[in-house]
Amino acid sequence: MRRTRGVRLAAALLALGIGLAGCGAKNNDTGSGGGTPTSGAPAAGLKIGLAYDIGGRGDQSFNDSAARGLDKAKTEFGLDVKELEATAGETEAQKEDRLRQLVEGGYTTVVAVGFAYAEAIGKVAKDSPEVKFAIIDDFTDGVDTGANIANLTFAEQEGSFLVGVAAALKSKTGNVGFVGGVNTPLIQKFEVGYTAGVKAVKADATVQVKYLTQPPDFTGFNDPAKGETAAKGMFDAGADVVYAAAGGSGNGVFKTAKANSKWGIGVDSDQYNQPALAEVKDVIITSMIKEVDVAVYDFISSVKNGSFKAGQKVYDLKAGGIDYATSGGKIDDIKAKIDEYKAKIVSGEIKVADKK
Amino acid sequence: MRKLTPRSVLLGLAAPVGALVFAAVVSAIILAVTGHAPTDAVDAMARAAERPRTLVNAVNSATYYYLAAVAVAIGFRMKLFNIGVDGQYRLAALLSAALAGAAFMEQLPSFLRITVTIVVAMLVGAAWAGLAALLKVTRGVSEVISTIMLNAVATYLVSYLNRPERLAVSTAGSNNIGTPKITEGGQVAGFTVEGSSSKLFGLIFLAAAVGVLYWFVLSRTRFGFELKATGLSESAAVASGVNVKKMVVLSMLLSGAVAGLVGMPQLLGSSYSYSLDFPAGLGFIGIAVALLGRNHPIGMAIAALLWGFLANTANSFDTSGIPREIVDIMQGVIVLSVVVAYELVRRYRVRAEQHAVGGALGRTKTLEEVSS
Repeated sequence: MRRTRGVRLAAALLALGIGLAGCGAKNNDTGSGGGTPTSGAPAAGLKIGLAYDIGGRGDQSFNDSAARGLDKAKTEFGLDVKELEATAGETEAQKEDRLRQLVEGGYTTVVAVGFAYAEAIGKVAKDSPEVKFAIIDDFTDGVDTGANIANLTFAEQEGSFLVGVAAALKSKTGNVGFVGGVNTPLIQKFEVGYTAGVKAVKADATVQVKYLTQPPDFTGFNDPAKGETAAKGMFDAGADVVYAAAGGSGNGVFKTAKANSKWGIGVDSDQYNQPALAEVKDVIITSMIKEVDVAVYDFISSVKNGSFKAGQKVYDLKAGGIDYATSGGKIDDIKAKIDEYKAKIVSGEIKVADKK
Repeated sequence: MRKLTPRSVLLGLAAPVGALVFAAVVSAIILAVTGHAPTDAVDAMARAAERPRTLVNAVNSATYYYLAAVAVAIGFRMKLFNIGVDGQYRLAALLSAALAGAAFMEQLPSFLRITVTIVVAMLVGAAWAGLAALLKVTRGVSEVISTIMLNAVATYLVSYLNRPERLAVSTAGSNNIGTPKITEGGQVAGFTVEGSSSKLFGLIFLAAAVGVLYWFVLSRTRFGFELKATGLSESAAVASGVNVKKMVVLSMLLSGAVAGLVGMPQLLGSSYSYSLDFPAGLGFIGIAVALLGRNHPIGMAIAALLWGFLANTANSFDTSGIPREIVDIMQGVIVLSVVVAYELVRRYRVRAEQHAVGGALGRTKTLEEVSS
């Protein structure tokens, strides 16, 4: 075995050295495909492959939420799971390669976390009609749509509207803040909804907006120090509630809020209950909940029991999957008011725009 | 040129090969310490090398790594550190993508359309680098500082321009945003490789041509001589009549123009639009590749291929249960050890030369020899 390894590596180096010529010559080799996955679990049921966005499992945010859904499905159904991560600055070809390796490894159900997989999933799904795919946060007609793709999208603007209402009702200064992780259309949806919610309560309220980084710099989702600076600036300028739609950077926002005796609003999960935020949880009055975990779990169980449905599935206030948190009891006094707005959005009386 | 003797070839190879071996050993130790079998990693790499798709992707990655490396190397050859290749190529890619995707461009014949796109990218890259050059020759601002700052400015500028109300179009349901898609006439067709779903970039020839041109200008023209002379000793260059300020501006412009090309293979061969997921950070990879390839046109090509291969094996590592970050570790160790290895070999060479010269000249004859 050791010798073949050496030979294969020599072949690798040779192919590298010859470059172009090498890759032409290698074509006749039998493709060894994705090889044997190392996870020793017997393929009891489904084989699920999950491709994360940059940050991967452990980002305390978006990816972790997807991971929770996967874990839940795994414990319930006993799945054979393979999780792959992304690298910052990679190309679409590398994303496509990741999905193809999952398919080649025999994973017949594949979840792609994040809109960056849109083009890649569209291509791979076309070539592998027997595999069921899901993509989170994207539904672009003709790009990532198909008979074997479920597009799981969220109405983040609706949940953000509600926490905007909470912020406006809680604010004494009539001045609130929004800290966005990275300035992308996705996070702008949070901002737009939040601002609309604030203005619905107090038309003359000030909303300070700050994005931590600009793409392609995605560190804004994971840089508490930047969150701290941004929030400090807002508090100094008179804000008393700041909504952190910034993934892991939100930690810094809450820290500053605590130091200045102000309030913060969490995002994605019910952040009041997150162990990592236990120290600052008493400043988190509410969180905008985006249940990526539920979406992932729902998708897996739909494949499991044969009720897979292709196309867009919207998670919003009405369908569930988007909501606001009440843990900690800080907004008990205004809960009735928020629920009024919630009912209006569910009934369609209030339409929350998702773009400026 | 140094004479090619077996010994000089051996010494030349010693540094890169030694560094690679050292990097492999360090990576193996790190894997072993973290509880992964290094042999699994070798297996994963071998598997990646057998997959045509991975090889095509590796060569494609190498194409833009190489362009970035040449852009950096032009500056390096005259001791100018163009850290700003990153900002230069991103700004160039955005603006040229916006132009190439514009409706009026569709009336142009395909060849002209592609040429215009590429030329505009070069001009934008050159202009952005030119700012740093201008600051250097007029105000004495270090190009290291100014190009780093200009990277940040480029990021904000790109972000400002990449909005629906400016250069971008937003697609319903998509959370991505980018310039209008370049229609078929503006795309550069790739080469289909059997067994691979990815195509080889057509613009690989552009990268090769840039490499040849780089070699020719540096070693066969007066400009190249003056550039290298300025890099070796500015005062000596001034004494022999080189206008150093002019050289700074020219080489920065050239470096920026090549930097403008970095995004082109990806833009015209695969993405067809500058959007949020356009590859970032290629300028910094270019610095590593230029260092590894010693600014040599062929050395950088080999380095770029190595880098491309490593970057594209990350997924294979991941599927084998080995953390993909091992690729970053390997790349980092390779760069560091190559730099150290070259220095060691250089010192050894100097000592060996001194020894040889000493052996030939320095021996005093003994009394017997003189008298006999």
